[in-house]
Amino acid sequence: MSAFTALIVRDMKLAFLAGGGATLAAAFFALVAALVPFGVGADLMLLGRIAGGVLWVAAALAALLSLDRLFQADFEDGSLDVLALSPLSLESVATAKIIAHWLTTGLPLVVLSPVLGLLLNLPDAAFGALIGSLLIGTPALSGVGAIGAALTLSIRRGGLILALIVLPLIVPTLIFGSGAVMGAIDGTGQGALLFLAAFSVAAVALSPFAAAAAVRLNITG
Amino acid sequence: MALLSLVEVEDLSCERGGRRIFRGLSFAVAAGMALTLEGPNGAGKTSVLRIISGLLNQEIGEVRIHAGAGYVVSDPEERGRLAGWIGHHDGAKGQLTVIDNARFFASLYGSRVDLVSVLDRVGLKRLADVPAQYLSAGQRKRLGLARLILSGRALWLLDEPLSSLDAAGRRLTAELIGQHCDDGGIAIVATHETLGLDATRFFIGNT
Repeated sequence: MSAFTALIVRDMKLAFLAGGGATLAAAFFALVAALVPFGVGADLMLLGRIAGGVLWVAAALAALLSLDRLFQADFEDGSLDVLALSPLSLESVATAKIIAHWLTTGLPLVVLSPVLGLLLNLPDAAFGALIGSLLIGTPALSGVGAIGAALTLSIRRGGLILALIVLPLIVPTLIFGSGAVMGAIDGTGQGALLFLAAFSVAAVALSPFAAAAAVRLNITG
Repeated sequence: MALLSLVEVEDLSCERGGRRIFRGLSFAVAAGMALTLEGPNGAGKTSVLRIISGLLNQEIGEVRIHAGAGYVVSDPEERGRLAGWIGHHDGAKGQLTVIDNARFFASLYGSRVDLVSVLDRVGLKRLADVPAQYLSAGQRKRLGLARLILSGRALWLLDEPLSSLDAAGRRLTAELIGQHCDDGGIAIVATHETLGLDATRFFIGNT
């Protein structure tokens, strides 16, 4: 196994073991979606129209939950020093961690989303757009989130600051993600999905460099 | 193990938090040699090791690692790729078993060494399937030694490798360092205790 895949596999194992955030994020996502009808009331028409937006906000918050430990756990137990001195560049380390985070957090949300769509009376025509937009958009959440996680890795209780840094940056993902679902309901085309794809590609391509720079700053400072 | 011929530290100074920790530090360690860094708490032993490995970037002065064929490495990140490291934290994952940790280190460094024999060497063979969080501090230190062996690096930078080890563990550490130097490696060890092997001693701070 190459060093890069070994790191992805290690991070995925840790995400599902005790103290990992993978199942927690999925459960949080499902709980938020299940709570919304209690707050909004049993108006099925209304629920169906806001379902896309609700699920997107829930997905963004769920992805944030497990982000604060992305680099922090490795920083605290010395693993980050070991990784920094390994044959892998910090950019590769960040890429591997983003991939592992998406596979353990983003992908389960995508898989869960149709069930929760049913729960929220999402119109049949919008299921494809919901799954598609989450599939395209959640990697951007992991990428942008990794930048915030790297910036706050040495801060105790950095989770709140992390949210303050990351949430404004993922606004485009939310707008275009829920916009894509709306577009499918109203039949106004897939423009939002294309913008979402563009944002996601840019975020995933650039975030490893930004995250690696932040990690470097934190450990060598 | 790709051998190195010399590690040179020249006129090194370091400031942390606006306070000068040491200045004008110069020493050199040749292949096959061990050097111990000694000095009171806060003298900057850990900082010297972190600077050499490129993990700390606050230095004035020069660190040069001479590899074979006249090739000199002075870039901090490139230096890090030549160094095997033991720090205050062991870098092992508590949730993973000892052998899983070792397997990850082996993949990380592309090591082909037999894992069971390495664990046997550091006295952890019996505990291979135990999650690392149930290890004692000394046993975790031994897992760090296993990582050091798996790294296959020619330059060992060890920060207090003897702390929390029992007598047998100390002997083992000294043996490994001795063997590493016999194989042409270089070891720089920050320690308060005598290693029990032939090493040049270098003092930092007001002694």
